[in-house]
Amino acid sequence: MEAYIPMLLTIITAATPLLFAAIGEMVTEKSGVLNLGVEGMMVMGAIIGFLTVHVTGSATFAILAAIMAGMVMAALFGVLILYFHASQVPTGLALTIFGVGLSALVGQSMIGVAYQGIPDVSIPFLSDIPLLGDLLFNHDIMVYLSVLMVGLVHLFLTRTRAGLILRAVGDSHDAAHAMGYSVIRIRFLATLFGGAMAGLGGAYLSLAYSPLWVEQMTAGRGWIALALVVFASWRPWRVLFGAYLFGGISILQLHAQAYGIAVPAQVMSMLPYLATIVVLVIISRDLSKIRINAPASLGRSFHPSK
Amino acid sequence: MLPSLVKRQQISKSMVYLSPVLAFVLSLLAGVILFIIMGVSPLAALHSYFVEPLSSSYNLAELAVKATPLVLIGVALSLGFKAGVWNIGAEGQLTMGGLCGGVVALYFYDQQGFYILPLMLAAGMAGGMAWAGIVAFLRVRFNANEILTSLMLSYVAGLFLNLMVHGPLKDPDGFNFPESRLFGDSAMLPILIEGTRLHVGALMALIAVGLGWVIISRTLLGYQIKVAGSAPAASAHAGFSGARIIWITLLIGGAMAGLAGVIEVSGPIGQLLPSISPGYGFTAIIVAYVGRLHPVGALFAGILLALTYLGGEMAQIQLNLPVAVTGVFQGLLLFFLLACDVLIHYRVQFGKPALAREKR
Repeated sequence: MEAYIPMLLTIITAATPLLFAAIGEMVTEKSGVLNLGVEGMMVMGAIIGFLTVHVTGSATFAILAAIMAGMVMAALFGVLILYFHASQVPTGLALTIFGVGLSALVGQSMIGVAYQGIPDVSIPFLSDIPLLGDLLFNHDIMVYLSVLMVGLVHLFLTRTRAGLILRAVGDSHDAAHAMGYSVIRIRFLATLFGGAMAGLGGAYLSLAYSPLWVEQMTAGRGWIALALVVFASWRPWRVLFGAYLFGGISILQLHAQAYGIAVPAQVMSMLPYLATIVVLVIISRDLSKIRINAPASLGRSFHPSK
Repeated sequence: MLPSLVKRQQISKSMVYLSPVLAFVLSLLAGVILFIIMGVSPLAALHSYFVEPLSSSYNLAELAVKATPLVLIGVALSLGFKAGVWNIGAEGQLTMGGLCGGVVALYFYDQQGFYILPLMLAAGMAGGMAWAGIVAFLRVRFNANEILTSLMLSYVAGLFLNLMVHGPLKDPDGFNFPESRLFGDSAMLPILIEGTRLHVGALMALIAVGLGWVIISRTLLGYQIKVAGSAPAASAHAGFSGARIIWITLLIGGAMAGLAGVIEVSGPIGQLLPSISPGYGFTAIIVAYVGRLHPVGALFAGILLALTYLGGEMAQIQLNLPVAVTGVFQGLLLFFLLACDVLIHYRVQFGKPALAREKR
């Protein structure tokens, strides 16, 4: 068992960026907004976080800046789709194209710069438990935060009035509007939350997972996060499960060579993408299940004077 | 009083065409601000981006070379987007097309013959179609979201090409560089104008525009595509097969992207490399939108977006500006376009939002 601990630890770090991005997007989608710009928000979080840690030397500031970067990107998207009634699919694509370009531009001077990474925080006493202690209570602060967010989102959606309203807006914006709720404002806030989480996910990549800046280092994780939301059928704990499953798949590629499996590196790198397709197919084939779980107003534009 | 948006009774026809122009002007302004922030003279930058590429016949030919893949894919994506089929994996279909065409070229590398090039083009189109066909199959048979599957397959295609040029297709005399042999003369597209790189692919793009226009405005298929996109319920009621539209638009998209891929490798590149496109497949999404999802529009939009690539190269050489500016500019253009499009369906009203409420 002891021998597997390092591998299990890397699975957790590989899953964390996906978990952040996917839990944020899930909340956004619950409000009826489909933001395909996760990849763009993530990659901006990654570079802004990395830049900030180098300018200020503070990981805390870096994380906050990455959250801000994700939110600014999300705000851009939110204004376009909510106030300018732009169609959600192309606007999300635009956000990704823009984010990938802008991050490459901003990150020019950061290529090849190193960072030692966010330190691990051992939880006293608990981390001393044999095996489990190392596995569960000896991570950097962001790992704990990601799991905490899942719990908070779950509580928010199922136990609070605000969560109920958010779901109502996502399921029927007309009904929610008739009841006097501000559909636009609620959707904007949900979109901002999605951006903040995507920014965090990006920051985790550049500050902890592989602490350096490479152009397009998100490598499609934003898209995998979008697939995860479908996989989880819009439920927080299933998002957690899915993220760890995908973390495991992407870690396989790193460990295959160590175990002497002679598969080309490129083939191993295809695994997460292929797995995403397989999982999507398995989940999507049951149309009724998707219809029951997906927010009914997902992707539809709303204008009160209609 | 804040300005408010009031829904128009009818869509504004003039804004449909004015919006891309307005978006371009706004992107230019944003570009100028960007250059000032970067400490570059905006005038010099704009000269590099918009004057230099148009200033010599060689550069104009280069512009056409870059516009060719964008127009080919943009026309095809327009058909799909019009039908509500979101194939955003054209980059992967381009890659597979280039790879399949390249394999044919390498198979015949020591032979000459008129048959080689047509075979390559056919293989490239087949490769792109097959790659898009996977997406169509998964969508029609399993309801899998085509946005995500087509995109995931793009990453897979990129890695597959990388694998091939590192392995089986690597030039045996190439000092272990990850690239294929140079293609033979028979595997290269004929040049149209001596002294430039302008090849017959540009003519194919023009033909694609014509064909796209005929399909969309003169055929039942075009009508079905339009109805499927604008009124899915009516389309189903009329007995149009949604599955058929998905298959056809994706296969056309794949074929055109594959053709663009093989044109790239048998035109400007002349061999297989780990990467054969600077994101043409993604930029073609913008081409389709700026071109108003219309084949003729895609022609103009393709040239405009090609200008951003060529201008980006000019600015890199002359002003040492990073190539990434191109991507930022393309993203901005699409943002502004989507924002300006609000004026097609809504008009801006200053003051008195009460009027808007009465209309309800």
